[in-house]
Amino acid sequence: MSDATTSNPVFGAIRNLFVRVGVLPFFLGIALVLFTILSDKFLTMQNLMNVARQSVYLVLVSMGQMIVLISGGFDLSVGTAIAVTSVVSALGMVWAVGVFPEAVWLAIAMGALMGFGAALLIGAVNGLGVAYFEVSPFIMTLGVSSVAAGLALFLTGGVPVSGMPFAFADTFGFGRWWGVPVPVVVAVICIVLMWVFMSRTRVGTQIYAVGGNIKAAHLSAIDTKKTLMTAYIVCALIASLTGLLLTARVESGEANLGGTIALESIAACVIAGVSLRGGIGRVENVVLGAFFIVLVQNGMNLAQVSSYMQMVLLGALLILAVIFDQMRYRMIMSGG
Amino acid sequence: MTSPLIKTTGLSKQYPGVLALDAVDFDLVPGEVHVLFGENGAGKSTLISMLAGANTPSSGTIEVEGEAVRFGSVADAQGKGIYTVFQEFSLIPTLTVAQNIFLGWEPTKGPFIDHRAMRKRAAEMFEELDFPIDPSAVTATLSRAQQQMVEITKAFHGDMKVLILDEPTASLTDREVDHLFDFIETLKAKGVGIVYISHRMQEFSRIADRITVLRDGALIGTVAMADTDDAALVEMMTGRAISEIYPRIAQQDGAVVLDVAEVRTAGTLPCSFEVRAGEVLGVAGLVGSGKSRLFRSVMGLSPRLGGTVTLGDRDISQAHTREIIQAGVYYLSPDRKSEGLDLAKSSNANLGVNPMMARLEEKLRGFVNWRAIGDKTESIADRVELSTGYRNKLVSQLSGGNQQKVLFGKAFGQDIDVYIFDEPTVGVDMGTRAALYLLIKELAEAGKAVVMISSDLPEVLNLSHRMLVFAHGKITAELSGDEMNEDTVLKYFFDESGATA
Repeated sequence: MSDATTSNPVFGAIRNLFVRVGVLPFFLGIALVLFTILSDKFLTMQNLMNVARQSVYLVLVSMGQMIVLISGGFDLSVGTAIAVTSVVSALGMVWAVGVFPEAVWLAIAMGALMGFGAALLIGAVNGLGVAYFEVSPFIMTLGVSSVAAGLALFLTGGVPVSGMPFAFADTFGFGRWWGVPVPVVVAVICIVLMWVFMSRTRVGTQIYAVGGNIKAAHLSAIDTKKTLMTAYIVCALIASLTGLLLTARVESGEANLGGTIALESIAACVIAGVSLRGGIGRVENVVLGAFFIVLVQNGMNLAQVSSYMQMVLLGALLILAVIFDQMRYRMIMSGG
Repeated sequence: MTSPLIKTTGLSKQYPGVLALDAVDFDLVPGEVHVLFGENGAGKSTLISMLAGANTPSSGTIEVEGEAVRFGSVADAQGKGIYTVFQEFSLIPTLTVAQNIFLGWEPTKGPFIDHRAMRKRAAEMFEELDFPIDPSAVTATLSRAQQQMVEITKAFHGDMKVLILDEPTASLTDREVDHLFDFIETLKAKGVGIVYISHRMQEFSRIADRITVLRDGALIGTVAMADTDDAALVEMMTGRAISEIYPRIAQQDGAVVLDVAEVRTAGTLPCSFEVRAGEVLGVAGLVGSGKSRLFRSVMGLSPRLGGTVTLGDRDISQAHTREIIQAGVYYLSPDRKSEGLDLAKSSNANLGVNPMMARLEEKLRGFVNWRAIGDKTESIADRVELSTGYRNKLVSQLSGGNQQKVLFGKAFGQDIDVYIFDEPTVGVDMGTRAALYLLIKELAEAGKAVVMISSDLPEVLNLSHRMLVFAHGKITAELSGDEMNEDTVLKYFFDESGATA
């Protein structure tokens, strides 16, 4: 507004960067400097590799969350999609391995499919509620999340499901392909697929259009209900894949997996410049955003911040990111 | 000559990169209606926002009754007796009318709000202004016209010297406009000065004393109403003659492409008409006459309560909106912001959606051919004359006229036989209008059917080959040739024969 802000070239460049990509570059820069000062172990190759491996799960869920955010909603049930997948696939594998004791991989595949099926159901119910019954995404996914969490606990009685084939955990939890941890390989494949989906396919483009202005999309011959449905289903399926990888990592089916991931994934997206009003967001930035969140958690661990304090900081970070998102949106709309 | 209530000298407003108002001298004397006239972006709103205290000038002075003032807020201006009714309503929809009027200065009884006194005083104010509104009604349940009246009532308290009205009649029916004008006459008689912004030239002869024309932030001139006419005003406003604005469109005798038989929707009676290829069918009627509602139901945007719609030889009475669009009917929304455009995306991205949905040159089914779509959006942008600099800009940052060009451009992204343009030039400046009219001419002369629903009567009269007049939810006349003149149309606007509901 004032003349001082527009005449200063450094400020102008910062402003431009902020409007274009959002708050992430600034947060990332601050985090790197801060944690490097606080701990000399932070900026080592080994630690950064460690962060990369740990961030796989959040990267995956955040990409799913991104799709729903771009469609103009959000998904609070990603955590329970993970939990349900974990429980159902573990129960499925234990059962299948009893029926076909010789065909271990068949049992694994059957269990995994059951897990995906359960998550598909969660996504479809979310999509139906939001698209066809026009329930607000907040209430719909919150309600589904309670229902699904309840069912997951009911199925297991709250006790972790053990007795899965060893091959499952050995491969998807701790295995390596071409020297790279399997979860990382899976994540990279997903990132590429997701990038192609969002930027090259019709359905991806429709999701952007529906989130941008659903009425305008309707008047451009887009099937808005089907598009919303797709967004919630894809999100649930990616969460489900994450659930499988996490189950392999902990070697049991657990109903309490993914407890904080809904909040973390939304934070990752918003920090990465995905608009909470829908229509705006990029896969590559979200990957970086999720990486950033894990980097901060890792840095706080190294700096010996207590886990309770970490919750406080993460929540604050999310709110801060939303405030910056609001500022950015105003700048975009007013001609920044 | 009475001394002026308001006098500005060399008033300017500089925004980064834009001179929104350029050294404008303006004055208002007691008991006159002074119209501000100009295209969108001409600086009218900037000028009144400074008079209203909502904005501060970069240079120049404002004098109120000979005394130089600097307004820091709208309250400052109100302290000097200057009240403004802005185009954007300031009413809170969930409160009652009386609560809105007394928002911030509620009458109290001890520490509590005295609701009874509030309703009573609101009723008295409505009585005085002769507005038939119930003070205890919830604001959201009122029509836009009634809300406008509440807005005026809200401004009308204390010692009023100047009333600024920003497009007050934009959403009013004619009867309500009469009412408003009576009210303005009363104020004039009391010596209040009125600054009146409007695009409707037919109103000027009824109320204006003087007219000030602005173009691109600069003062073009101030004329007395008695010394000027519409043609001269349009020429001042646009810098071009009126005959250059409306093109002559050659009529062809095409086949019937859209046949609407006995179609009914909420608030209309059954309506029947047909649309032919190569013609422009104008649709006129007052706000609330049902003209837009009927076409929205044809498009499947509002419930259809019977009747049949045939496109070519296909029955689309029950089809989804998207199927109708794919079958070759395009509907241009009258509200480009809420249902026309994706504001947070670029012009190109908005234009790309329609060819994307039409599967333009998809090499692999389901995968978008962005290169082909890029070429297509470029050619569409050329066709609607969207400047290259605006193509990668976000739509929210464009002027109303350029946004409308983008909205028109979306119509060219797929194969269309019937174009339904609902208020195609609403809030659009004359220069852009002329460009949009040429596009309509091109379409009709290329053998497409064009339906033009518009509240702007000169536009319908000058461009259509045939026209339908709506009143009270039904078609009261179908006119063509010499019957298409203002007097005949106005007669059917107020046709009371079908006023049964």
